[in-house]
Amino acid sequence: MPTTLKPIESYRNDFSFRNSPEAIKRFPFPFPEDQYMYSVNIEPATPGAPGSVYEHWFDIDEHYRSEVAERAQVLSRDPDRCLVMPHMQQAAWDTLEMLMTHLSQDYPQWFSLQRDGDQWLWINRALDLQQAFTFGDASSLPYEPLEYITRQIQGDFALLDQRENNLWMDAGMVTGPADWSLKFDAGMSFTEWHAPVPMAHQMGVFDRALKYLMNIQVDHPVRRLNWTMTINPRLDTSSETFHEWGHERSSVTAENLAKLVHLRVELQFLARLPRSNALMFSIRTYLISLEELVTQPQWACRLHRVLRDLPDELADYKGLSQYRPLVVEWLRQFDPEMAACSA
Amino acid sequence: MSPSPIQVTVSRIESLTPVIKEFTLTAQDRALPGFSPGSHIQLQLPTPSRTLKNAYSLLSDPADLSCYRIAVRLQESSRGGSRYLHERVREGDHLQITPPANLFAPSSRAQHHILIAGGIGITPFMAYRTEMLRQGISHELHYAYTGGLTHAYVEALQPAPNGQVTTYDSRRGERMSIEQILSGQPLGAQVYICGPERLLQAVQQTAADLGWPEARLHWEAFAAPEPGQPFQVHLARQDKTLAVGADESLLEALEASEIDLPNLCRGGVCGQCVTPYLSGQVEHRDNYLPPSDQSRALMPCVSRGACNSTLVLDL
Repeated sequence: MPTTLKPIESYRNDFSFRNSPEAIKRFPFPFPEDQYMYSVNIEPATPGAPGSVYEHWFDIDEHYRSEVAERAQVLSRDPDRCLVMPHMQQAAWDTLEMLMTHLSQDYPQWFSLQRDGDQWLWINRALDLQQAFTFGDASSLPYEPLEYITRQIQGDFALLDQRENNLWMDAGMVTGPADWSLKFDAGMSFTEWHAPVPMAHQMGVFDRALKYLMNIQVDHPVRRLNWTMTINPRLDTSSETFHEWGHERSSVTAENLAKLVHLRVELQFLARLPRSNALMFSIRTYLISLEELVTQPQWACRLHRVLRDLPDELADYKGLSQYRPLVVEWLRQFDPEMAACSA
Repeated sequence: MSPSPIQVTVSRIESLTPVIKEFTLTAQDRALPGFSPGSHIQLQLPTPSRTLKNAYSLLSDPADLSCYRIAVRLQESSRGGSRYLHERVREGDHLQITPPANLFAPSSRAQHHILIAGGIGITPFMAYRTEMLRQGISHELHYAYTGGLTHAYVEALQPAPNGQVTTYDSRRGERMSIEQILSGQPLGAQVYICGPERLLQAVQQTAADLGWPEARLHWEAFAAPEPGQPFQVHLARQDKTLAVGADESLLEALEASEIDLPNLCRGGVCGQCVTPYLSGQVEHRDNYLPPSDQSRALMPCVSRGACNSTLVLDL
């Protein structure tokens, strides 16, 4: 069924964001088993089932207009959420080309791209935009190329330069991070920006992941899911705005948690940028309230077990420790306590 | 994760020198993927005895995806890949290639790039130079060749602004002074070498003597695997024994038995095809494995067993 774009809802203040029953059904529930532990859970990003979040490289869903409006709000207050170091110019153009090419192929009802040499015409019918520009000439666009195209797409983007046997976070558009910040991580290597993650280093997860990522080839992207939890459907849980959202964790009660607590899933997609040899790391975030989630009984059962058995270090790192007992207690009613959830 | 091959047509063959031919490859059924300077492809060559997969650097303009161009030197001691390309392949023939991969990319943070080529090693730098000229990136190219034999692209590289391209014709006794090239370079300079092993070693030695950190040196070392002695290999898990011929690599022998290992460079550099072994003598010929790993793993793209003992792989 073709997606219908909803009118704008909010990810802040009155938090009017909601998932339709169709959006709930296609939510990327991240737990393949009844318990969770780190793994290098990376797989080739081959096209998924029609209608699923894996169908296309860049998923556009019913929240498109809301996310675009949210990004514009964040940028108006903090323009530095988009950053491109001088040596990443070509990677920025690579990103614009990849996004425009895929969006126009995958969603022709909303996007179209006409190319005549370096003279390009981009039409975004969802936002009622039309832009003629010269590919490679930033002065022919209203913003620099990375900012121009990512203002019209859902999800955050980090562009990683590959050199000296490592990946470096040297460009990006990050307005909806799960408790990190592009400004803090800019210029860091893969090894450095993963330093705060507990347990995984000892398991060798990052060494293996880095080697794997550096070998990603043109036209053969990979993906993985990551998850955490967020209070309220708040996309911008950036480190620099912690004072605005951190305290909300202590507002969770048994009465309000079904509406307040959200499972936050990141569909991470990594693709080689052909001309620059940089790596695109896109983070497409999906939010679902517990109230919405428990409409799927097998998810409710499994989330109960995952949260109940999660090691304390991971719960602390993900910022769940404060309200985890309440959530586990509430979810218990959905767990029939049989051997496995998805019987 | 072996990428699916791309069907190409050999649309043009040009003899550049008595031993170097340039091949232009155009796509048949899909657009060619984009690539960055320093990328290579693997070309599948259906020689009469078996299918070889040789890696060649892309020398064409990365902005032009209407075709890929490669240049191939006829290797006297080759296992047949370059001879097949030189003597059997005709314009209009169809071949299969892998999508481009890059194991020799320019470092984006360098303030100045020093490119050192020997003979056919000029190929990746043709793409480098096109991109660097377009982007106004500071660089200098030093190209040593043998006049009348391996002088490919010498004319195409001229004229160049003063000092940007220096050529050295060994027939005329022109010698490259590596020490002079590397002396007095700014701290942000990076060196790239593509050419014969002795050129690579000479640059590495000189750079070390001058106190250059290793991280500022980059090289493209891969070449087709050298022939060796025939040997036997036993696959412990599959309880299967194979014979590897003198001019065949272990990787090729495994592939001929439909055992596909991931691989990119087929030259002992990228590390993709690393394979554990349980016993047997190994002649390690790769530039990837640290000595500490050589007692239990080998790179079957280039490394070989010994003719008087069976190599036992953990496959």
